[in-house]
Amino acid sequence: MCTMIAHQAKIQGRGKSGQDWFEVREANVSYDHPYDLPLEHALNIDFVNEAAGPGARVAVELSVEAARKLVQTIEAVLAQADARGVLEDKHQAAGR
Amino acid sequence: MYQTNQYEGMIAETISMQGHKGDTINAYVARPLGSGPFPGMVVIHHAPGWDEWYRECTRRFAHHGYVAISPNLYFRDGHGTPEDVGAKVRAGGGVPDEQVLGDLDGANKLLRSLPYVNGKVGVFGTCSGGRHGFLAACRLKNFDALVECWGGRVVQSKEELTPKQPVAPIDYTKDLPCPMIGLFGNDDKSPSPEQVNLHEAELKKNGKNYEFHRYDGAGHGFFYYDRPAYRQEQAVDGWKKLLAFCEKHLK
Repeated sequence: MCTMIAHQAKIQGRGKSGQDWFEVREANVSYDHPYDLPLEHALNIDFVNEAAGPGARVAVELSVEAARKLVQTIEAVLAQADARGVLEDKHQAAGR
Repeated sequence: MYQTNQYEGMIAETISMQGHKGDTINAYVARPLGSGPFPGMVVIHHAPGWDEWYRECTRRFAHHGYVAISPNLYFRDGHGTPEDVGAKVRAGGGVPDEQVLGDLDGANKLLRSLPYVNGKVGVFGTCSGGRHGFLAACRLKNFDALVECWGGRVVQSKEELTPKQPVAPIDYTKDLPCPMIGLFGNDDKSPSPEQVNLHEAELKKNGKNYEFHRYDGAGHGFFYYDRPAYRQEQAVDGWKKLLAFCEKHLK
């Protein structure tokens, strides 16, 4: 963590860790040392619930190329869904 | 050199200690059996966390005749696996320098209070722990030797300073009171060879007692046998050099 480049987004969602799902409240995104990916630095995303303690965490460690591809893919999927008029706002999703 | 017919024993355990502002934190301590006197060593874990490598590193110093203590600098961030706790700290931009200094001071004072410590205490750290080690040696002024391994962000631009890390450690170089050894990989990005040059130039300018060893074919964290960064030849030589340095200044 020698870069200390880290941002946090407050989000709402669910994450699965082991067999259990939990409420995700934050996404911590950093460019720093990964734990498992064999690179010195990586784009790390931790989906967490800080209120539930450090163990409430779904971790992803990506190369720069993979991270950019992921961003493009998410944007493409959202754009396609928007074009079809199927993007749900929070209230619609909750009523499903 | 270690002899095959010598007696050897060690105690290694987790303890509680007083850290910054008197907070109780936990620490891992390893020491040789016997009355000593042994020199002390404060072992500062790296940014990824208070993990197994640091347990082993603490025991390694004990194996070489030191009473070694590794305080859990992330104690206040909750408990879980070292990775989960380390990830939480990573997201928060690390731990505050002042808090780290308080914890390291507590570890130093604990060692000095022990009847089997010889009155000399060194400090060792890698990665962010190397940075903390340099900072602690300069600011606390009560360590007898410093081992800095690839201390990232000893050199910091103004843009990199944060409320938690408000001053670049290099700015305290003039206050370094003890000898230091620095180990660096020439393929490292943090610290880069250019940053190591600045670090060394500042030490030289201030007439400090230091030795730097820079390794070709090694990057960041070349001691970590559990990471691809491990470089056997450079790691073996680095350990040999730092243990000789500690032998000279602490025993």
